[in-house]
Amino acid sequence: MKIIKLSLIIFLLINFSQIKSDEKSETLKNKILKNIRCLICQGQSVYDSESDFASSIKLIVEKKINEGISEEKIYIFLEEKYGQWILYEPEFNKNTLILWILPILLFLLGGAIIIKKLIIQK
Amino acid sequence: MKNKILLTTIISFFAFCFIIFYKGLNNSNIYSPEKNIKKNIPIFITKDFFSENEVSSKEIFTGNNFYILNIWSSWCVPCKKEHPILMELSKNKSIKLIGLNYRDNLNNAQKFINELGNPYSQILIDEDGTLAVEFGAYGVPETFIIDKNKKIIKKFIGPLTLDLSKKIKSLIK
Repeated sequence: MKIIKLSLIIFLLINFSQIKSDEKSETLKNKILKNIRCLICQGQSVYDSESDFASSIKLIVEKKINEGISEEKIYIFLEEKYGQWILYEPEFNKNTLILWILPILLFLLGGAIIIKKLIIQK
Repeated sequence: MKNKILLTTIISFFAFCFIIFYKGLNNSNIYSPEKNIKKNIPIFITKDFFSENEVSSKEIFTGNNFYILNIWSSWCVPCKKEHPILMELSKNKSIKLIGLNYRDNLNNAQKFINELGNPYSQILIDEDGTLAVEFGAYGVPETFIIDKNKKIIKKFIGPLTLDLSKKIKSLIK
C-alpha cells in the first residue's frame, strides 16, 4: 500500500513539474512573439498576426524553445535573417544611441527646469 | 524678450517635427532590409516534391554552378505571372533552378506544374513555411541567387520581371 501511495505521489509530482515547465515555455514563447514585428502586416507583432509569415515564425520560435535555445539566441537568429527591424526593442548600439539617450536627456532637462522654477519660487 | 525666445524655440521645434514627418510621408512603408546577403545557405533536411524522400541541403547544392532558389505556391497569383520567366531561365545550362513549394496543397501544386510546365531541376517541400524563414524569406514569390561558394548573393522579393531576369543573367556571367 505504501509503495502505491509513494508511486502515486511521485507520478503526480512529475506531471505537475511537466505542466509547470510547459507553462514556462508558453510564457517565454509569447514574450518573444510579442517582441517580433510581423514584416508582412507591419504595425502588428507576430503574436497578434495570423499571416503565413507570422505562423511560420511562431513555429520556428516554438521549435527553438523546445530545443533549449535561449531567448537571446532566438533574437540573434531572427536578426541575422531579417535585420534589426524585426525586433520591437532595438539593441543599444551606435545607430540607436540617440533613441536610447534622448528620453533620458529630456527627462533630465525637464527635471532641471522644474528644480530651477522651484528655486526661483523660494 | 524671454517670451519671444521661448515662442521662437517652440515654433522652430514644431516646424522641425513637421518637416521630418512630412518628409517621412513620402518614404515607402514597406521595409525590406538587404540582409542575408553574402551569407551561407542554411543547412536543412526536407522532402522532395516528386519522390517525397528526405533530401538534405548537402545533397541538393553539390555542383559547381549557380543556383536559383525560387519560393512558389499554387495559390500565389504573382507566381503564375513570373512562371514564364522561370521557364526561360531554366534553359540556361549554367543555372540550376530549385523550387521551394511554400505552404501548399501538394495536389494543387502538381496541377500548377502540369499546367504551366516545370522549370525546376528539383522541387522541395516547405510544408509549414519554416524552411523559407531559414532562408530569410517573407513569403511568396521570392527568389534567391546562390553562387558557386553556396552563398546567397542576391534576393528578389516579389515576382521576377524581364528586367530582373536580365539582371540575374548578368550576375551569373
